[in-house]
Amino acid sequence: MGKVIITTGNYSAAYAAKAAKVDVVAAYPITPQTSIIEKISEFIEKGEMKAEYIRVESEHSAMAACIGASVAGARTFTATSAHGLALMHEMLHWAAATRAPVVMAVVNRAMGPPWNIWSDHVDSLSQRDTGWMQFYVESNQEIFDTIIQAYRVAEDPEVKMPAMICSDAFILSHTSQPLEILSEEEVEDFLPPYEPPFDITDVDHPVTHGNIVWPEPRGDSPVGYMEFRYLMHQGQLNAKRKIKEIVKEFEKKFGRNHGDLIEKYKVDDADVAIVSMGALAAQAKYVVDLMREEGYRVGAIKLRVFRPFPDDEIREVTKGLKALVVADRNISYGYKGISATEIESALYSLEKRPLVLNFIMGIGGRDVKPEDQRKMIEAAFDIIETGELTKEAEWYGLLR
Amino acid sequence: MQSSSSLLEKLPLTPLSKPAKGAMGKTGSWRTLKPVIDLNKCTKCGLCWLYCPEATVIFTKEEGPKIDYVYCKGCGICAEECPAKAIDMVREF
Repeated sequence: MGKVIITTGNYSAAYAAKAAKVDVVAAYPITPQTSIIEKISEFIEKGEMKAEYIRVESEHSAMAACIGASVAGARTFTATSAHGLALMHEMLHWAAATRAPVVMAVVNRAMGPPWNIWSDHVDSLSQRDTGWMQFYVESNQEIFDTIIQAYRVAEDPEVKMPAMICSDAFILSHTSQPLEILSEEEVEDFLPPYEPPFDITDVDHPVTHGNIVWPEPRGDSPVGYMEFRYLMHQGQLNAKRKIKEIVKEFEKKFGRNHGDLIEKYKVDDADVAIVSMGALAAQAKYVVDLMREEGYRVGAIKLRVFRPFPDDEIREVTKGLKALVVADRNISYGYKGISATEIESALYSLEKRPLVLNFIMGIGGRDVKPEDQRKMIEAAFDIIETGELTKEAEWYGLLR
Repeated sequence: MQSSSSLLEKLPLTPLSKPAKGAMGKTGSWRTLKPVIDLNKCTKCGLCWLYCPEATVIFTKEEGPKIDYVYCKGCGICAEECPAKAIDMVREF
């Protein structure tokens, strides 16, 4: 049992980077992420954390520095939000394709213009196809625990892909909750020092990363570009199995389980379940408890990992449900909520599948109260009765 | 579909290459401007050798610099940096 303190989501991320004995941190400040790297900088300055902090002029450079450090064998950490993450976009591809297991805390913030510093998930979901694993967490403790778990997954020889841990702006980042801090010794048992796959510090046998690979086999290369992309895909698919194993091992060692790829809550005998990502997944469980007392057969599903996508798990957990409420704190302009499209795609192969009601809500930090989630769930029970489902996503709480 | 799992299993996770002369082919053909050194003006300071991003300047203290035109891409950095203005960029085509 570690020490329990009261602290914010951002400090929880900083404490996790310290507990993971990160070697190199390169980051640039941006609201609402800044206090993560301020705290890390304080740890390093006080000598409590033996890491190199690289000051950079932009998030693009921050990620470039992390990639270089990671390839050289360092455990690396960074953190950003919204526009900072967007500026990193090119380097996110480089990190994943270099198979650099960088771990990054992303504090979800709405994209401008107009400027808005509050939470929605468009910033990180826009990075879906960069090859990064994405975890969405519901509490400060889950931020801490998931960063530790993510290093294990990312650095696994069968995975070797970077991971971002996404938490909601202010709702978690600047809100204090109890946090059990694991000591560096406890964490080291679970997370041994990083072993890089290549020794690039051997100057007598130099190697180059990221050189040109042709469409077809050519020269000394028996394969082309496409084969290396397939290996990245395999790394992500292997992560599905590894996340489940590592979450179990974490629970055995530290007694906490926040779910693996998904977390299901009172779904087994339910007619309706609500799917959420991030902090609203915690509130959804509270709403489920209230409605259960009134006799509603309702459950909650937390979509904890968005990449690799838990398609089998979604098919399994929704068996027997009549309707699924997918509450998206994001919008893909011109279509619908991003997690709804992914979930519908996973369900398509089933002969018998639940109705899917998609709500767009909480955009740019608009408050979503328990009664709002309740109304979405009630709408699903109504649709089971009437069978009238529109294909369009409903913008919940839109002022007209 | 042909199974190629054994091939994939042998691959490194990411393509690695070992530095070798001319790994990208004879890049001299990319050139439109050619650096020409006037050895009468040259002070043999070696800055052209130091600045050349493609290591195509061969330099000795005794003989001074010489350009390897098989690989020189004609970027002109040597001419820009030469303090004696001893390098001219001459159009080839």
